[in-house]
Amino acid sequence: MSALKNKKRKNPLWLGVLAWACAIVLFFPIFWVAITAFKTEHQAYVPTLIFWPTLESFHEVLARSNYMSFVGNSLIVSLGSTILALLIAVPAAYSMAFFPTAKTQKLLLWMLSTKMMPAVGVLIPIYLLAKNSGLLDTVTGLTIIYTLINLPIAVWMAFTYFNDVPKEILEAARIDGANAWQEMLYLLLPTSMPGLVSTALLLIILSWNEAFWSINLTSVNGAPLTVFIASYSNPEGLFWAKLSAASLLAIAPIMVLGWLAQKQLVRGLTFGAVK
Amino acid sequence: MSTPFAQTANAAVPARPSASKFKPVRLLQTPSVLLLLLWMIVPLAMTLYFSVIRYNLMMPEATGFVGLDNYAFLLSDPAFWPSILNTLLLIGSVLVISVVGGTLLAVLFDQPFFGRGIARLLVIGPFFVMPTVAALIWKNMILHPVYGLLAWAMRLVGLEPVDWLAEYPMLSVIMIVAWQWIPFAFLILLTALQSLDMEQKEAAQLDGAGPVRVFWYVVLPHLKRAITVVIMIETIFLLSIFAEIFTTTAGGPGTATTNLAYLVYSIGLQQFDIGIASAGGIIAVVLANIVSFFLVRMMAKNLKGANEK
Repeated sequence: MSALKNKKRKNPLWLGVLAWACAIVLFFPIFWVAITAFKTEHQAYVPTLIFWPTLESFHEVLARSNYMSFVGNSLIVSLGSTILALLIAVPAAYSMAFFPTAKTQKLLLWMLSTKMMPAVGVLIPIYLLAKNSGLLDTVTGLTIIYTLINLPIAVWMAFTYFNDVPKEILEAARIDGANAWQEMLYLLLPTSMPGLVSTALLLIILSWNEAFWSINLTSVNGAPLTVFIASYSNPEGLFWAKLSAASLLAIAPIMVLGWLAQKQLVRGLTFGAVK
Repeated sequence: MSTPFAQTANAAVPARPSASKFKPVRLLQTPSVLLLLLWMIVPLAMTLYFSVIRYNLMMPEATGFVGLDNYAFLLSDPAFWPSILNTLLLIGSVLVISVVGGTLLAVLFDQPFFGRGIARLLVIGPFFVMPTVAALIWKNMILHPVYGLLAWAMRLVGLEPVDWLAEYPMLSVIMIVAWQWIPFAFLILLTALQSLDMEQKEAAQLDGAGPVRVFWYVVLPHLKRAITVVIMIETIFLLSIFAEIFTTTAGGPGTATTNLAYLVYSIGLQQFDIGIASAGGIIAVVLANIVSFFLVRMMAKNLKGANEK
């Protein structure tokens, strides 16, 4: 309908040009990294768009024997914490959405409020606990932290998606003799699968990019890509092409995921307040 | 696992779902609740406890209850008040830039134009860039006084390049953080904008309202809730901005870019004074609670609205 209306009132061309200009300016740093990644170290210092692309920097970054271990850590930590958070959150969201009590709403708000606690308020004890339990600088330690910080988001998102499933479907199945387990497995999960997938995507994106805990709790063995990239910040020897190649490898997959899930992300990022 | 809840489900068939009778299926909430309770209470209690004892890893023999001494010491630290000011300045500036910029961009992108879908992807891109990458891109490739793009552009028009992070450190950090958060505001506000009833807008236009008046009296009121959500959520995240400062300026020069999060990190994990750092942590929690008080109230209103429909 709006398309029809818009035909009547054609927008001036400069609006589109302005919008594109804004988009290009905002995206430019990312674009610049992307092209610098294909330059040689020498070319990287010259602001030019004309150059012969090379994969040299990628080869060098990947050849650094430890690079893949950082990638591995990032993958394990983000996938692991996402799976764990979903395993804990989905049953909780299921019972909250379909067997609500007077307290359910308060419980949900309380869960949200744990998200409001600034990380720095508990940095010291978490650091000491991790240190004393041998979890400092380990993938396990970071996975546990990410699971906990993402748990409220997982519960909230799963809850809002389950809440949209018509209760009648489940009741009909129950009358047909399905038990709760079958109900969840054969009806609820397939129906809300798109919602759960976007929940998982959001959790992966958040864990992949998390920087406060990873920088403070890991250094070498358990360190994900965020920490590896931060290690480029020491002043001795800037290698821009390599820095760009490493950065591009770190941000490209997550940006694609984010782009694919952009609509659903709004819901997750605002705890369902904006759909 | 399936036994207790198979029984309940069968028993629940005749009952209404809101029956107050205890249902074992509700035990499925227990792991989440317990974990979050532990996650919230244990470290917070420890922070509170550490904040009233003398606890310095460099001086393990000096211990004992000191009451509010750590707080008094922190408050007299020459970095403390600048860090509070920096925290507020950073939050305030980024909020203004991202909300105003995000709203204008959202209104612009609500109009149809050529390649809108692709342009939108470009705008939201920065939000998915990991903070350490964002900080390093800006530090080395944009703001660098010799090889940075801004220096190059300034030389091109005959100006003297500026060493941004040394001369305008806070402004530089604000630019970097705002760049990451404009897309967030944009994405949320554009979504909210697209749920605006077109007929309301058309009606206002038919009544002779110009674009500015339509924006002010129709669009902006519609966006009010989304803007509140953006402000609240960004505030929570901005209160703990850390990686961008850690990677670009390390809180310096002096205390020019030290915010509360960075101060607690540097006292606790660099100077090893757990007691004083914990006092800083508690102050951060108090600050965040003031903000979240409003957010939780707003979300409660929101949740009620959603359940009633």
